[in-house]
Amino acid sequence: MKYAYYPGCSLEAGSAAYDKSVRAVLDQLGVELDELNDWNCCGATEYFSQNELVATSVIARNLALVDSEHDQLVAPCAACFLNLKKTDKLLAEHPAMKCQVDAALAAGGLSYKPGRVHVRHLLDILYTDVGPEAIKAKVVQPLSGLRVAPYYGCQIVRPLNGFDNPEYPMKLDEMFEWLGAEVVDYPVKAHCCGGHMTQISEPEAFELIRRLLQSADEYKADVILCMCPMCQLNLDAYQGRVNGHFGTSFKLPIVFFTQLLGVALGIDMKKLGFGKELVSAEPVIRSKLDGSSVGAGT
Amino acid sequence: MAEKVGVYVCHCGSNIAGKVDVEDVAKWAGENVKDVAVSRDYKFMCSSLGQKLVEDDIKEHGLTRVVVAACSPHLHEKTFRRACSNAGLNPYLMEMTNIREHCSWVHKDRAAATEKARALVSASIERVKFQEPLEPMFVDVNRATLVIGGGIAGLQATLELADAGYPVYLVERQPSIGGHMAQFDKTFPTLDCSACILTPKMSEVGQHENVTLLTYAELEEVSGSVGSFKVKIRQKARHVVFDDCTGCGICVEKCPRKVLDTEFEAGMGNRKAIYMPFPQAVPRVPVIDTESCIWFERQKCRACEKLCPTNAIDFDQQDELIDIEVGNIIMATGWEPFDTRKIPQYGYGRLANVYTSLEFERLCNAAGPTNGKIVLRDGKTEPKSVAIVHCVGSRDERHNPYCSGVCCMAALKLGHLVVEKTDAEVYSFYIDMRTNQKNYEEFYQRLLGEGMRFVRGKVAEVTDAARKPSEQGKLIVQCEDTLVGRQQRYPVDMVILMGAIEPQRDAREMGLKCGISCSMDGWYTERHPKLDPVATMTDGIFVAGTCQGPKDIPASVAQGAAAAARVSGMITKGKVMIEPIVAKIDEEGCSGCRICNNMCPYNAIEYDAEAQVSRVITALCKGCGTCVSACPAGVISGAHFSDRQIFAQIQGALWDAWQPQDAASQDAETVPVSAP
Amino acid sequence: MVADTHGAHRSKFLRDVIADTPDGEKIVHCLQCGSCGGSCPNGAEMDYTPRAIFAMIAADRREDVLTSNTMWQCVSCYFCTSRCPQDIPITEIMYSLKRMAIREGKARKSDAPALAKTFTDLVEKYGRSFEFGIASRYLLFNRPMSMLKSSGMGMSMFAKGRLALTPTRIKNVKQLQAIINKARELSQHD
Repeated sequence: MKYAYYPGCSLEAGSAAYDKSVRAVLDQLGVELDELNDWNCCGATEYFSQNELVATSVIARNLALVDSEHDQLVAPCAACFLNLKKTDKLLAEHPAMKCQVDAALAAGGLSYKPGRVHVRHLLDILYTDVGPEAIKAKVVQPLSGLRVAPYYGCQIVRPLNGFDNPEYPMKLDEMFEWLGAEVVDYPVKAHCCGGHMTQISEPEAFELIRRLLQSADEYKADVILCMCPMCQLNLDAYQGRVNGHFGTSFKLPIVFFTQLLGVALGIDMKKLGFGKELVSAEPVIRSKLDGSSVGAGT
Repeated sequence: MAEKVGVYVCHCGSNIAGKVDVEDVAKWAGENVKDVAVSRDYKFMCSSLGQKLVEDDIKEHGLTRVVVAACSPHLHEKTFRRACSNAGLNPYLMEMTNIREHCSWVHKDRAAATEKARALVSASIERVKFQEPLEPMFVDVNRATLVIGGGIAGLQATLELADAGYPVYLVERQPSIGGHMAQFDKTFPTLDCSACILTPKMSEVGQHENVTLLTYAELEEVSGSVGSFKVKIRQKARHVVFDDCTGCGICVEKCPRKVLDTEFEAGMGNRKAIYMPFPQAVPRVPVIDTESCIWFERQKCRACEKLCPTNAIDFDQQDELIDIEVGNIIMATGWEPFDTRKIPQYGYGRLANVYTSLEFERLCNAAGPTNGKIVLRDGKTEPKSVAIVHCVGSRDERHNPYCSGVCCMAALKLGHLVVEKTDAEVYSFYIDMRTNQKNYEEFYQRLLGEGMRFVRGKVAEVTDAARKPSEQGKLIVQCEDTLVGRQQRYPVDMVILMGAIEPQRDAREMGLKCGISCSMDGWYTERHPKLDPVATMTDGIFVAGTCQGPKDIPASVAQGAAAAARVSGMITKGKVMIEPIVAKIDEEGCSGCRICNNMCPYNAIEYDAEAQVSRVITALCKGCGTCVSACPAGVISGAHFSDRQIFAQIQGALWDAWQPQDAASQDAETVPVSAP
Repeated sequence: MVADTHGAHRSKFLRDVIADTPDGEKIVHCLQCGSCGGSCPNGAEMDYTPRAIFAMIAADRREDVLTSNTMWQCVSCYFCTSRCPQDIPITEIMYSLKRMAIREGKARKSDAPALAKTFTDLVEKYGRSFEFGIASRYLLFNRPMSMLKSSGMGMSMFAKGRLALTPTRIKNVKQLQAIINKARELSQHD
């Protein structure tokens, strides 16, 4: 199994833990990730708010950069995943736009044929391509006793995912059942984390964050599993401010799902980027998993 | 001798003339196409004056062929064939050209549409010259009728025919007749007890001397055609000998295996492994559900057998195939409820107190699992507030784009039952309130008066994620109140989902067996949506009730009666005309290879082993042409669709690229199409 | 009869929105059911729900729509799109309205345009984005007070090594700029 890898800007700094754990876990599972050479920012939601043609052209550059050795491009971040996938679809379905994007790419000496690159989310790769047998076979530290709340957010499951239900996704739930965790089936697992609202208008953003923390807390989750850097940032970094705003006292560690998957596979917690989250995850994981051996692995 | 062709181009008011210059087409054909003796345009060709025009011209000008360029032959081919007959011309020497559905209705550019109409007319003129006089055939109509489906539509059709003195076979796949109506508590807008008005009809059918009732049976195969269908029915093994059973019910009472009844009780109650679906079931003969019976599971028990006073239990009973012959078939196969799990944001299956409307019908029903008490899933708490959600899987491109038609009224009915039986507040969440039959709007008014609250907005989600203390422990219905223009959250105790009415899962497959088609949505297609709503494109097959589209009880009953009336008419007439458009095998050239025998979808070709040739059974042949194209020797011809006719038609369509060279090439059996 | 899809009878604003949105023509099939307004996580904060916005577009109320806060409250969660029974690309229409509001100088009720501009300026300069650069520039110029409030959090992030102070610059930034310039030229908008 071999994939072109598009980490996205957030994984370079703010969410380095995600990048680190993705690489460690996929390496452990024998999946080859080749980082896309000289990739550029996908523009998040910001380019589409200004100029659609520029937005799609900027994204199309990345699709055009995928070399002939690869036909699948993996993105861990929700916004990157959706933007890459959406652009491929736009180009395939709207010939007039494709014509203009072709001209823009040509100005940079590039070209791209829609459909050549299959954009996939990391979860889809792990769930579908690697699959339960291979993953279960490599579990050395079952997560039994740990209550995890899988959080899917928005743009991985809507509107284009094709591998899970857009309203009530289950794939991450199932994966953590393979790992032996107690999976919390809480109702807001695909609701919004506030996105860029934390930058624009905090009261609205804080309310959205509170809804998620409150539901996971009511269902007695020990940790929330994230698949997107923006979700992790909002739930983790703003948790203190949300508590201040509402007078609540949530203390829920927010980790990337690959970090905890790595723990189950016996990878050293240091190699998985633990410790970068503001609400510390290590104590609860160590205490619930009752293992002096936890995270000490390979 | 050259033919004398009359050409008649119809305006159809502005339907055709609005996009096609019909005067130009008529004039052009008269002046430019060979052998055209008369060419006219007329406002409405199908009017009696229009028909008279054709008749008079045939008589006066000695026309030998007629082309009518108008609407679809489905609508008026019969009309103009009759006109020709009246004037002494064989009706099969008339050809209809569809310049409405195939031209004016689908094009925008007048000049191009006119050009196309010319080509279509020219094609028909060239074709009609090669058409041959044909004589229609008549077959006797078997007086027996098969009705498929024992819901209210099928019951009505059965009774109408049986009461008229004709034998009826009624086939129902469930162990009892009654259909969905038997599950309902009340019926709108009169609030009659559903069972009280249904069961008399059920027992009448069960006891009728002219009715052969086959329950727990499935349609297996249909062959033949109108007047004489041969049908195979699979009688599924009941494991109870029908004629020996007295319906005493001891077997059911003593059966130790209780299972969830997902059919009649919609999962709200239990039944035994040997069961009758409900107390008033017809026939009163139980069936053994082999999936849950202890004997079939692990060869133990046989309690029913030991206790049956008439030794009617037969564990070894097998399915049985029954052959019957009927003249007509009425399809009344009904509907299935939408699977509300397909909309996970409404929480069905995850949030306990979210119900389907069928579940709630059982909950309300005095004969249901709670004896009619409206309580939550815990079996004791009465709800203080109930939300009824409309359009669940209807009017939704992701599920069913159509409106299910009956849910608005059903929601009002359920709302009334809640108001009547509890102190709960009731909300209806609707997009548009559709109450457009007799006394329906009045019923809506009644509910407004009874205090049911109406919120105009499609429900976005039903959740248990409380945002404030007043929402704790409740189901929160979130939607936009579109009349206020604000997002609102309504905490309630119970939610009822008005799921869409969907076609039976196997409707398409059943349709194929009978040779009738379904719409994109899966409803059986009627012959004409307005003027022939219970006939189908296949003669002798009729449709009634919800298998043709969502409808309520009065409409289903009306269709059942209408289908029966159509069948009665056929039986009274005694004979039915069959189109002489059939295949013919030239026995001289037949090598007896038998390739056509197996290709024929109607089993209409038999092999004469002695003469070593194949022959077409004309009564069964539908003129589909499969054998014509399959014959390696090319000795099968299709009447009314000969190669010569088809090639002439193609050449006529290409009139501007092809000109007849000389008479000799036209007379050749196969005219080569020369490239322009 | 075949429906006339040329839409000469439609409002100018409606035609503009359709032209600016891929698959935008589906907007004319809106049933006004409100499943968008009901689903929106920020729906309660909007001047008008998306449903109301669609009615206003059809009624040519351009000024009211483009000066409203509705599209700026959109967080691109796609719940409306995924639930719309008529399959209308609602989120994409919100993007179109944002673009039109910026172009026509009507975007007044939100700081979102400023954030978007800061973000894309950085991408155009470096080829990648980085949180610290965006946050500092955007907050400094737009919301200096808010910068103070979140400085504690910023410090924690910095301490955890999660705030890069310098961006990564891609190797072929010139190529990216050539693509952007050409796209901008073709789109005839800034």
